[in-house]
Amino acid sequence: MSNNIKIETKNIHAWYGEKKVLHGIDLQMEENTVTAFIGPSGCGKSTFLRILNRMNDYIDSFRKEGNVLIDDKDIYKKKVRIEELRKEVGMVFQKPNPFPKSIYENVVYGLRIQGINKRAILDEAVEKTLKQAALWDEVKDDLKKNALGLSGGQQQRLCIARTLAVQPKIILMDEPASALDPISTAKVEELIYELKQDYTIVIVTHNMHQAGRVSDKTAFFLMGELIEYDKTKNIFTKPTDERTENYITGKFG
Amino acid sequence: MSKFLSIERKEKLIKAFLFVCAAITLLTTLGIIWVLLSQSYNFFKEVSIIDFITDKEWTPLFSEKHFGIAPLLAGTLLTTLIALLVALPLGLTIAIYLNEYAHKGFRKAVKPLLEILAAVPTVVYGFFALVVVTPFLQSIWPSISGFNSISAGVVMGIMIIPFVSSLSEDALFAVPNALRQASYGMGATRLQTAFKVLVPSASSGIIASIILAFSRAIGETMIVAVAAGQQPQLTMDPTVPIQTITSYIVQVSSGDVQHGSLEYNTIFAAGLALFIFTFILNNISFWINKKFRQEYE
Amino acid sequence: MSKATFNRRKDKAFGYFGIFATVLGLILLALFIFQIFSDGIGRLDWDFMKALPSRKWEKAGILPAWTGTLWIFVLTALVVIPVGVGAGVYLEEYATKGRLSNLLEINISNLAGVPSIIYGIIGLQIFVRFMNLGGVLLAGAFTLSLLILPIIIVATREAIKAVPKSIKEASYGLGATKWQTIWNQILPMASANIITGVILALARAIGETAPLIVIGALAYVPFVAKSPMDEFTVLPMQIFNWVSRPQHGFLLNAAAAILILLLMVFVLNGIAVYLRNRSRKKFGL
Repeated sequence: MSNNIKIETKNIHAWYGEKKVLHGIDLQMEENTVTAFIGPSGCGKSTFLRILNRMNDYIDSFRKEGNVLIDDKDIYKKKVRIEELRKEVGMVFQKPNPFPKSIYENVVYGLRIQGINKRAILDEAVEKTLKQAALWDEVKDDLKKNALGLSGGQQQRLCIARTLAVQPKIILMDEPASALDPISTAKVEELIYELKQDYTIVIVTHNMHQAGRVSDKTAFFLMGELIEYDKTKNIFTKPTDERTENYITGKFG
Repeated sequence: MSKFLSIERKEKLIKAFLFVCAAITLLTTLGIIWVLLSQSYNFFKEVSIIDFITDKEWTPLFSEKHFGIAPLLAGTLLTTLIALLVALPLGLTIAIYLNEYAHKGFRKAVKPLLEILAAVPTVVYGFFALVVVTPFLQSIWPSISGFNSISAGVVMGIMIIPFVSSLSEDALFAVPNALRQASYGMGATRLQTAFKVLVPSASSGIIASIILAFSRAIGETMIVAVAAGQQPQLTMDPTVPIQTITSYIVQVSSGDVQHGSLEYNTIFAAGLALFIFTFILNNISFWINKKFRQEYE
Repeated sequence: MSKATFNRRKDKAFGYFGIFATVLGLILLALFIFQIFSDGIGRLDWDFMKALPSRKWEKAGILPAWTGTLWIFVLTALVVIPVGVGAGVYLEEYATKGRLSNLLEINISNLAGVPSIIYGIIGLQIFVRFMNLGGVLLAGAFTLSLLILPIIIVATREAIKAVPKSIKEASYGLGATKWQTIWNQILPMASANIITGVILALARAIGETAPLIVIGALAYVPFVAKSPMDEFTVLPMQIFNWVSRPQHGFLLNAAAAILILLLMVFVLNGIAVYLRNRSRKKFGL
């Protein structure tokens, strides 16, 4: 496992209008690891996740202070092109959101907008990523089928494939399995575990067992603060902060 | 690197083009104000505004010229009032009926049908007024002349029924359900709930829609141009020919009046008067509606 | 009779009155159209459709009128669709919420309430005189475009608002630019509703008479317009012209022309309603 720091945040504070939602988050995530963000509803973990690919930019009332460095480069600098950032940092959302187009077109969308239109390249990307997302066998006979006709679990795996097609280095996942049934959830978790070899993954999850199953390190958030951040094994067996322990043992949240 | 520059530039150009499209709306308003003011200025250089407002005759095209807007205003007002007399009771009744009495299926089926009334071109309504309604009315009251304001007014009223009913419906719909339930819970009938609770609560919204209907009616052109006549007179008699501001403008535009002459410039003065009235009415209506919505938010 | 019974009777009576009010307008319209149909159907034949207007009512036809209407339909569409949809996209996707965008919104609401004849006056001064186009098809198209622009802008904005945010997020998340997202995802999903609004607006435009009279569309046009810079007439104007003539024969002609105009307007409205229902099924929008 490499020791490269892929993502680093320094003293992140954030507000929605007058309401402060993040208080001084310092975090470092290594390359090719899976980091889980856990914490009760409203603790800021999703907000913090979206800071990493600047998805909060679309919210007028949002404001942040502090730095976010990816590969040692500040991603909020003026000359950074958001579109390029998003190609490096992909995102999978809580509720599957495939486009109302064919499975094929969903996967290749990220490539087409880069101007890549050669049939051969697109075909190859579709097969490769659908296989990575463990969806290929289920859909290979009818790639022209409308993505909205797939089941929830299939749609989410399609969204993962779509993200992979762009070949990001980092994948952010915002509760990717919370809208799915247990079997689909298991498939997604398996997926995450395999993807770890080639990608750096950050996953927000409500499900502590999930965090325990798939992640190398876990960060516990509470009311916008980072309470504890350690190897997952440690967080779940010997947390150092009492609040972490209370959350883990189900005393609240 | 250059690829990025061209993407950036393309996005900027597109944004600029789209902004221009949006700005055209502002330019349109500025254009309206500019044209009406500048051309009316030419008119008011020769005719005093006092005369314009107080003279009881409008005869710019005759040899003895009077430039009092009052007869055109009277004609406009008369047809409008008749139209509202038809459209308001019916439109409001429809709104109450659809909101409180009708089944969902009936409402769904009827609403698009009502929109048909609004889709018919106004010149067609003018034809109805002249060729169907006037002869019918003449068979009952032979003293009604061939051009008159009652036919035009009634037909205009029919045309704006869906306008009134859908605006009133929105106003009634905005009344919180809690009020409805309270009334029904006390054993009130639908009629009582409608008139004692809903209409009073929605009164601002309904007034706003009445004002908008008024504005719509005074701006209407073809029905009156076809059926109401071309004789500006200061009267409230619905059986005689009159002329509205709008049909006067049509008359001059389709005639041979020299562009730039005083007679021609009357259309700008008339148009300015019309624009001012509808502008004021529309904005009063918006303002009332805004306050009305705020009450319930 | 007890008070309660009386109230119930009143309630029921109002119910009947409500139904009566609802269908009254429609029944009257049906009567009117029936009358027009019986007046006009006799004059409707191919000769009528192919003939030029004439001083003799038996010889007069609507060729310049219906071709003019088609011209106006196409030209107005070409002008108003890019501008209207563009403005709608700008206001919904690009404009930052603030004083300028509020001003634009209020302004558009106001424009929607301006009487159509005022647009004619503007068109006259700006397109016919200032831009020196004369009373030609292009000036008519520009004028009508200004008239229906607010309708199209509102329809576009509503259509875009209905597109789920999650689709936009997915697109941005994959690295698409704003315009790529609009062009590839938002507009396709909004297109059915936009087209519906456009068709309804154009149906209104081809029924307009007053603005075109003011800009100088001619009453008597014994030729077919062949280019956007030709003088012209349209069906509503021809109808107006014939209705103003004393001879009864011209009234029959007007009735026949009305039938053609109504056919066009109703077909357009029907297409719009069909598209709207289909889009609801497809996208749930």
